[in-house]
Amino acid sequence: MKLVFERSRAGRGTAYFPPLDVPAWTPETPLREQPPRLAELPETEVDRHYTELAKQTYGVNDGFYPLGSCTMKYNPKINEDMAALPGFTGLHPLQPEHTVQGALKVLADTEKYLCEITGMDAMTLQPAAGAHGEFTGLLLIKAYHKSRGDEMRTKIIVPDSAHGTNPASASMAGFEVISIDSDERGFVNLEELKKAVGPDTAGLMLTNPNTVGLFDPQILEITRIVHEAGGLCYYDGANLNAVMGIARPGDMGFDVVHLNLHKTFSTPHGGGGPGSGPSGCKAFLAQFLPGVRAVDGTLTRAEHSIGDVRSFYGNFLVVVKALTYILSIGASGVPKTAANAVLNANYMKEKLKDLYPMAFDHVCMHEFVMSLEQMKKDTGVTAMDIAKALLDGGIHPPTMYFPLIVHEALMVEPTETETKETLDEVIDLFRKVYEEAIAHPETMAEKPEHTPIRRPDEVQAARNPIIRYAFED
Amino acid sequence: MAVYVPNTEQEQQAMLKACGFADVRDMYRDVPDSVYLTEPLDLPEGQSELAVRRKIEAMAAENHVFRHIFRGAGAYNHYIPSIVHTVTDKEEFKTAYTPYQAEISQGVLQSIFEYQTNICELTGLDASNASVYDGAVAAAEACEMCHDRKRSRILVSGTVDPHILSVVRTYSFGRNVEVVEVPVRDGATDPEALKALMTPDTACFLVQQPNYYGILEAIEPLEQIVHEAKAKLIMSCNPMTLAVLKTPGEYGADVAVGEAQPLGLPLSFGGPYIGYMASTAKMMRSLPGRIVGQTVDHEGNRAFVLTLQAREQHIRREKASSNICSNEALCAMQTAVYLAAVGPQGLKTVAEQCAAKAHYLQKQLEEAGLKLAYDQPFFHEFVTEVPDAEQILKALEEKDILGGLPLDDHHLLWCATEMNTKEEIDETVQIIRSVVGKGAEA
Amino acid sequence: MNFPKDLQYTRTHEWIRYEGESAYIGITDYAQDQLGDLVFVNLPEVGDEVMAGEPFGDVESVKAVSDINAPVTGVVEEANEALADTPEAMNEDPYEAWLIKVGEISATVDLMDAEAYEAFVAEEG
Repeated sequence: MKLVFERSRAGRGTAYFPPLDVPAWTPETPLREQPPRLAELPETEVDRHYTELAKQTYGVNDGFYPLGSCTMKYNPKINEDMAALPGFTGLHPLQPEHTVQGALKVLADTEKYLCEITGMDAMTLQPAAGAHGEFTGLLLIKAYHKSRGDEMRTKIIVPDSAHGTNPASASMAGFEVISIDSDERGFVNLEELKKAVGPDTAGLMLTNPNTVGLFDPQILEITRIVHEAGGLCYYDGANLNAVMGIARPGDMGFDVVHLNLHKTFSTPHGGGGPGSGPSGCKAFLAQFLPGVRAVDGTLTRAEHSIGDVRSFYGNFLVVVKALTYILSIGASGVPKTAANAVLNANYMKEKLKDLYPMAFDHVCMHEFVMSLEQMKKDTGVTAMDIAKALLDGGIHPPTMYFPLIVHEALMVEPTETETKETLDEVIDLFRKVYEEAIAHPETMAEKPEHTPIRRPDEVQAARNPIIRYAFED
Repeated sequence: MAVYVPNTEQEQQAMLKACGFADVRDMYRDVPDSVYLTEPLDLPEGQSELAVRRKIEAMAAENHVFRHIFRGAGAYNHYIPSIVHTVTDKEEFKTAYTPYQAEISQGVLQSIFEYQTNICELTGLDASNASVYDGAVAAAEACEMCHDRKRSRILVSGTVDPHILSVVRTYSFGRNVEVVEVPVRDGATDPEALKALMTPDTACFLVQQPNYYGILEAIEPLEQIVHEAKAKLIMSCNPMTLAVLKTPGEYGADVAVGEAQPLGLPLSFGGPYIGYMASTAKMMRSLPGRIVGQTVDHEGNRAFVLTLQAREQHIRREKASSNICSNEALCAMQTAVYLAAVGPQGLKTVAEQCAAKAHYLQKQLEEAGLKLAYDQPFFHEFVTEVPDAEQILKALEEKDILGGLPLDDHHLLWCATEMNTKEEIDETVQIIRSVVGKGAEA
Repeated sequence: MNFPKDLQYTRTHEWIRYEGESAYIGITDYAQDQLGDLVFVNLPEVGDEVMAGEPFGDVESVKAVSDINAPVTGVVEEANEALADTPEAMNEDPYEAWLIKVGEISATVDLMDAEAYEAFVAEEG
């Protein structure tokens, strides 16, 4: 595949702009010495270049995408149409309020519905991704303790099964991270938690269902232990798709949550963004929320706002898509969605567990984790090899090597938008790959064989980083 | 009601049975009774696609999209060729996840590699990441890149966009890092004040070019002061202007950041936008977020992968320099398609037209009695003094024109781009004349 | 696996070789084997203090990062900057690919000789 720069020929291009109709003006300040070496292409070449790139890209649209903890559900097309309405895309973010009342309604309604779904009282839509929402929520916790003069609370407790963003976010918010082990069932070890909490505890960050796909039945006990120690409870909403409309973080005792609209609320991931990571809280924390919120048709800043975590109002068009989705599925569609995500995962788990050892053989939520540790010991075939073989089967593989507490992990999240036939086909594929790995372990390192490229050399990429095109001149 | 669950009630029952569940409640057996919802949520009942469309369209119709826009201040109205959205609307790009599986993600990976190259070319620097959330976050992340235990103080010019300053301050509240605003003289950074504020524990200085008031800062003396103190220089630049202006690389900046929305992203009420970040080769490993690198596959063919991953949160966890995971990949592609379409000549045309139209607008406004607030060179934004900002903006709004951003009752921050024709500039100035009563007869 | 006799070893798989008042420090053959292909090393700067038993830098493989602990307390006299361009040297010849040279040594963690370290590794593996 040629790079866009390799397709370029000097002097080519398309005229998009009419001639200048006012006197020319060139700045006197130092100008750049050489023009930037941007590609020069006729529009036909631009079009074909990206069409070729598209053919070498696999989206949810192309097929099954059971990437654990990423909730790769179908992205309804109506969402895209609504976000493309000129009445939204043409708005300057600093227009007078009375000219953007519809946009403020989008913000206010989305906040209201997401608060209802999570059991929170207020929410900022400013964070642009899940990790951004985590950081925001932790700053709320920080501001809260600070406002009470409780400066001793500098530690955030994070289970060892957490997403890497949790400890990284806590660290960015200026907290020290205390990691606690999970117990053998995959749940929070209550004894460890009791030992970890104290007068220096700022809070606990928890994903529930957790990152091994289990709903922690001790959840009320967990939040009580943290609250009794004077800490706050943070809910990582990465896995909300399993429980929305079934149970609410607010009722479980959580004080702060973040959501991933690009997971649970069906907005597409775009190959890595734009997402949206609203951060919600109970009423007593609302005074610290960042940015401005739409309240009664006016943009209002909280009294003791922590400031801004991004310009303006967040990824507004992504919010439009999420609102479209909520209005589509509605009150009864929300729990129905969750229950089917959980059902699809349990169905796959049941049909695979005789071959693939489950890391925790327990009722799972929307995803489950398999461990290929034994297979690696017996045959040398790794989780990576299995994932790569699945690529040849025409699907996107599960998440590999996460969570870190499970060795040779493969994490499967089918989502609710897959049909039973798809699940059955994929179950077949998983089983065939397993049998092939047992029968011909030596061939597995060569997988995949039928993809646009074979396995790339990641070691070379990291040792000798080439991260931009080297022009010949 | 549009619910995107394909399986029928009967199929669901069969699957429940296959899993050994009595019913849905049994499947959720780990959820305690006290939190298990028995009443439906207080949400509207789901509606058909047509009904939802009507509802959302009605919300869009409650907004007003102005016929002519003379407002920038961090969000810019530019022409976007049709090819741009037709490419980014492609389902493969739109519905893919972060390219963890390189074998089936070469399209996204290559597009990011090309984006990184564009950013390096525009900024004159060596290394670029795959994007961050927006320009303000890029500035805040750049400050994080520069500070360490020995150098923890961040200086920010008072001429930086207040939205950016606010985000830098909020991020610094997290890290417990001090942010000091460098005073402004006549609309530009005061070099004397910068010099006085430079301490041995200063990590970096953030300056914006052109600055919030549209003014072209004299960067050279600032660069000298910063580097003499062994601190880092961060420049926040509108990438469109870099088609013609001296680059951060040529100025000797260590990190360049900015909002790349002007390169093919619509205004969209403030988002999605995209923050770009570039650095010298020396600071490459301090860049936050995803970076795509070139390598070969098993058969020796060129291939692209996510690389230098040991910097990132999923490996380094609490020791990672940033928590960023998802970025703005599709927006990065959007800027790359825009640049591939308009090319270097087209981008130069845009930059020159923006500057020319802004200068024409300024001249006409001056003739109408609106004086420039600062006697400084500017690019495509500028501040004028006005007798009554609200009165002018109201008169313009009545004619469907969005005037400059009011900085206070007597100052407006104007912006012109290639979108503004001479005709509409003249019309705008004519309306203002009638308000301020100067030469209204002309 | 190689365990040179002229070196001393830590329980966290670093080696140390004294030279006059100073000492060279690196990672062991066992460490590099466990870590896999190394792609980068973060080293302290000359003049930085290192503390016995505390991390002074880290080594990166493609999908992991590991702290390197100082066997001694002292001041960094030299850092092997060449490793930035040739991280593979730590895999290919771990006992030549020293990371830092430390002087002004004031404290030391419990060290093992080659034989004891070999036994320790055998037990850990």
